[in-house]
Amino acid sequence: MSKIATIIRREFLSRVKKKSFVAMTILGPVLMAAIVIVPVLVAQLSDSDYSVAIVDDSGLFAQDFRDRDNIYFTPLDTDIDNAIERMHDGRFDAVLHIPEVAFQAPSSLRLFSAKSVNFNAKLLIENILKLEFESMKLSSAGIDEEVLRSIESPVSIRAIRISNDGEQMTDYPEISMGLGFVGGFLIYIFIFLFGSQVLRGVLEEKTSRIVEIIVSSVKPFQLMMGKIFGVGLVGLTQFLIWIFLTLAIVGGFQAAAPEMFRFTPDEEVFITGGQVLNPEELQTQREAIQQHDTMAGELLAGLSAINIPVMVLSFIFYFLGGYLLYAALFAAIGSAVDNEADTQQFMLPVTIPLLLALIMTQMVVTNPGGTVALWLSMIPFTSPVIMMARIPFGVSYAELALSAALLVAGFMFTTWVAAKIYRTGILMYGKKVDYKELWKWMRHS
Amino acid sequence: MSTLLKADNITKTYRDHRALDQVSVHIPDQSIFGLLGPNGAGKTTLIRIINQIIGADQGTILFDNEPLRSKHVLRIGYLPEERGLYKKMEVGEQSIYLARLKGLKRQEARKLLTGWFEKFDLMPWWGKKVEELSKGMQQKVQFIITVLHKPRLLIFDEPFSGFDPINVNLLKEEILKLREEGSTIIFSTHNMDSVEELCDHIALINRSKLVLEGDVREVRKNHSTRLYEAELEQVHTPVEQMLDGRFQLVDIEKHLESMTVRIRITKEAPPNELLQSLLTSGQLTSFRELTPTMNDIFIKQVTGEYPTGKMQKTDPFIQAGQQ
Repeated sequence: MSKIATIIRREFLSRVKKKSFVAMTILGPVLMAAIVIVPVLVAQLSDSDYSVAIVDDSGLFAQDFRDRDNIYFTPLDTDIDNAIERMHDGRFDAVLHIPEVAFQAPSSLRLFSAKSVNFNAKLLIENILKLEFESMKLSSAGIDEEVLRSIESPVSIRAIRISNDGEQMTDYPEISMGLGFVGGFLIYIFIFLFGSQVLRGVLEEKTSRIVEIIVSSVKPFQLMMGKIFGVGLVGLTQFLIWIFLTLAIVGGFQAAAPEMFRFTPDEEVFITGGQVLNPEELQTQREAIQQHDTMAGELLAGLSAINIPVMVLSFIFYFLGGYLLYAALFAAIGSAVDNEADTQQFMLPVTIPLLLALIMTQMVVTNPGGTVALWLSMIPFTSPVIMMARIPFGVSYAELALSAALLVAGFMFTTWVAAKIYRTGILMYGKKVDYKELWKWMRHS
Repeated sequence: MSTLLKADNITKTYRDHRALDQVSVHIPDQSIFGLLGPNGAGKTTLIRIINQIIGADQGTILFDNEPLRSKHVLRIGYLPEERGLYKKMEVGEQSIYLARLKGLKRQEARKLLTGWFEKFDLMPWWGKKVEELSKGMQQKVQFIITVLHKPRLLIFDEPFSGFDPINVNLLKEEILKLREEGSTIIFSTHNMDSVEELCDHIALINRSKLVLEGDVREVRKNHSTRLYEAELEQVHTPVEQMLDGRFQLVDIEKHLESMTVRIRITKEAPPNELLQSLLTSGQLTSFRELTPTMNDIFIKQVTGEYPTGKMQKTDPFIQAGQQ
């Protein structure tokens, strides 16, 4: 059908050439890459030095403060007024005052600063003192600190998925949940974005009255399908460019500054009490660091456990399937009304299943194998969003095939229904249309 | 003369009303065919059926002696009553697009369009968006798109509504040229006076039914009222004395130096005898038959009588001046 090809070409090019498309296509990946890169950059940029003077009237804690990252501590022997004066001279950014009664009355602690206080420094100081106070209380209560530490038992279960043939695979439900959410949400956004473009396109042709010129050359069905395919192609193009550009930007940054992305375990604040660490304490520290490492490793392992090709292919399939299903309905709505304001009453029943699917994603990711998840991933109106949420958890090929087949049947059905409404609707001007009217169009054409 | 389009017994029923009821029209090749009727009579429905935009419930249509099929849309050019263009699309690109939907190759379309655009002084607007064009220019573009693929059959639905008089004349000239080059033209309008002078054939549709069809001169002749108007000066004998029973004096208007009389003659009496009688009455300065316009004929067909008041004079100069 060369005419459909001609229509698809126009629909595609007229949108791709728009400034808004170019802007969205470039800004999208920049934003996505920014989400990855900016936190890393910000963490590095905030590294301006911050010095805190300590006036410890109790004489108990001054030695416990160790410089950390960009925060430096200096114990002073002067009184607090003198210290504040020196701060105003610009020698320190802040002064921590620990009164004699600090241990008994922690609320008497004060942190003075000339400018607004550095939040991280405040947090660090609080953390250090809290641990110190706890440790002092423990020893005064006669509890051995070592005993207490040995009681602390971090538990982390390794979930393993085991297939019929005994193949084992570590399961990472947290990562699957994240991916499921993102996948489902993206499908939802894409269907909405490009579905409503179809609606507006049909409405434009109708209100500008060009439609009658066109349908004297091509069949209404060809015009409708040309538009749906053309807009769908725009969506697919945008998606692929986004993926490609995002990877390129993130990859580019990674290549330019690899140390930025290297995982460095966060040092915990460990109580040393100014003493030399005994072997047990050393061991505790090492374990803590190790646990950090395994968490990072787990993230990577979790990502690699996801079947990326299946994920990408099924995203493209469910995007296209879901888009075709809804775009046909959007086209029918566009053909039935005379202006954008009238679309509202018909939009509701079309958007409700889509919105429902998005809301149910929450439930589906917590129980991806449940009955609700299964049914919603079979019904064509919700399956694109729900199936994308389920796939990171692993879905059997049989289920995928059935859901895909139902989706194909679903969009063929909506296209058939839409074509009937569209054919009558595009030539109908100045008539207030309701559901009864639509039903008649469907039955009589 | 061969028939290009033969529509027989076309019936189309919408849910609540019958839009066309057993309508048959035969459109002679290379004719200008007026499809006339008031708003809502069913003209647009018939045109949409010919364009295969909608299907007829009953009836057959032959196009160039073949049953009408989808391939024939390439040989039909249609300027709908409700017409428009993509506002945000460039004029040239849009014209090429619409030409391609009519089966033209891109290069071919560009070449033909360049010729038409130059003729209509539209070339500077080729790269502009449609919304930047004046309404008159948009209408020219629409006209060009309609005729570009040199269709055998051209259908204009209310072609002159919204066109300014200069463009109307331009279009009429172009349409006549197209006919000479072999096209057949259908004019659909409720404003019969606007196309009457152009049409060779007409069909009148009223309330979904065909009420009249035929050659324009034939139709006029058949609807002759045998009413004549004469102007006389220096009348020495009253006109009524000169008339015998075959002539009926309808009306006399007396002016300062002259008089205007309207006389109806019976079937047997030749107009020449009336003329002779009038010549003996005074100095005859004008004599002509008052023929009904298509509009008058149409109103007669619908209501059973001619509209009261004046009838249009079939004086070609007066008509030309009205356009």
